Amino acid sequence: MNNVYVAGVDMIKFGRFPNRSVPDLGADAVHGALDDCGLNIKDMQAMYCGNLMQANAMIGQRILQQVGQTGIPVVNCANACATGATAFREAWIAIKAGLYDIVLAVGVEQMGKGLLGGAQAQQGIPREGLLGSSTMPAVFAEAGMEHSNLYGTTFEQFARVSVKNHHHSTMNPKAMYQVETPLETVMNAEMISYPNTKLMCSVNVDGAAAAVLMSECKAKELELIARSVKIRASVLTSDPWQERDLVMPDVNSCTQKAATEAYEMAGLGPEDIDLIELHDCFATAEILHYGNLGLCKPEDAGKLIDEGHTSLGGRIPVNVSGGLLSKGHPLGATGIANIYEITTQLRGEAGTRQVEDARLGMTHVIGLGSACAIHILEKSA
Amino acid sequence: MGESGLRSAIDYLKIPDDGSPYLEGYVCGNCEAVFLGKRTTCSRCGTRDSMHTKVLANTGTLYAFSVVYRSYPGIEVPYISAIVDLDGGGTVKGNLIGVEPDPQNIKFGMPVQLVFADALGRKDQNGNLYLAYFFQPHTDS
Repeated sequence: MNNVYVAGVDMIKFGRFPNRSVPDLGADAVHGALDDCGLNIKDMQAMYCGNLMQANAMIGQRILQQVGQTGIPVVNCANACATGATAFREAWIAIKAGLYDIVLAVGVEQMGKGLLGGAQAQQGIPREGLLGSSTMPAVFAEAGMEHSNLYGTTFEQFARVSVKNHHHSTMNPKAMYQVETPLETVMNAEMISYPNTKLMCSVNVDGAAAAVLMSECKAKELELIARSVKIRASVLTSDPWQERDLVMPDVNSCTQKAATEAYEMAGLGPEDIDLIELHDCFATAEILHYGNLGLCKPEDAGKLIDEGHTSLGGRIPVNVSGGLLSKGHPLGATGIANIYEITTQLRGEAGTRQVEDARLGMTHVIGLGSACAIHILEKSA
Repeated sequence: MGESGLRSAIDYLKIPDDGSPYLEGYVCGNCEAVFLGKRTTCSRCGTRDSMHTKVLANTGTLYAFSVVYRSYPGIEVPYISAIVDLDGGGTVKGNLIGVEPDPQNIKFGMPVQLVFADALGRKDQNGNLYLAYFFQPHTDS
């Protein structure tokens, strides 16, 4: 089967843009990705667009209304926080299927500030704070406390994730924040839902990212192969049944399953991967995924962060972009922003946050409910 | 609605006309997976039409928790959101009461028991009151 490459990719600087529209932001990312590979909107044969909050609003077509209405097929998709990665994967599938040679994938989101969701009840009474909590910080706090229960992971270890990712983002001009947050600052920030303090929660931002995917034949024909990055694996899973998943949305088993399948598809193991962008929606989550992705045994995840192995310069740097914790988490854009980071790293164009000799990188996202998407990318030979 | 006149805060909390409130599970006749809330097909093994109801135990142990300090507007904080494995099967989430909401006071595996009480005075749009369940530390004495 034809190999598929990322030929062009870009993301806008994440931030808050209340005076701009979702299609506006998406259009900026599309222009960036087209310019990155020197192509025109007329070269695109299909488009997959990820957006969550306005999933019924034909965002993909409205982006084309800003960048060129060429009449190509557009599919709008929503898959919680895996939305962008799902759009990217659909573009990959379309090329794999042999239907197209050049496909555009876009992810875009505009977010409010503060907690997602609300307590209003459609009928009956609100259950938040009555039958436990369903806020995202609490759900991921409980997932982290399960790890503490099973493996003894500590508040301080969870907090170190946030210290690391905020540090990484000081080297990423496209991140929302470029601010160091020492351990005491993280641990003494407002406690939202123990053990997640405010600095251990991902930042709600507006953002957009886009990628031009291309078949190997076409990338060679257009002489774009040298800067292109090969997609070695693309996997999407849902959550297999778990005994507690009615009250604890499970982000572990879908990640473990996706990782196993991705390594198998790529013919690789975790020891081959040079860097990872994983779904640190909360600091607690990153620790869980060290084990889920096979970077270490689950019980050694706390040690992995303590000993600095997942920092830039460590054995397996994780979230050198700053991650969702500091780069920001515009839900539908996140999956493709991860592809931007890994592609930039594999091209050796990541500036001061460059992972030395990076050849293979992984992206991972979780949409609660649940969906897990993993991609493994390889530098062109 | 039982003698108290309170309505159930959630579908798996049952209030018989005579007798004590209880939590109701659905159990798969094929693989014995336990669910909260009514269903006809088992999502673990896919077996159809073999579900039967079960009265879930009023005792269990604490599996995971969070102390919630910030919630949605209008929700009083702090409170402990607790994940409890009930004895005999079924995992339920609820508020843990009778413990200061400080992580130091909360131990994994601690025995807890279910108590049924008014739903913190919360009313629906028609002014109806509700019955909810809570967990509290369980001592044998």
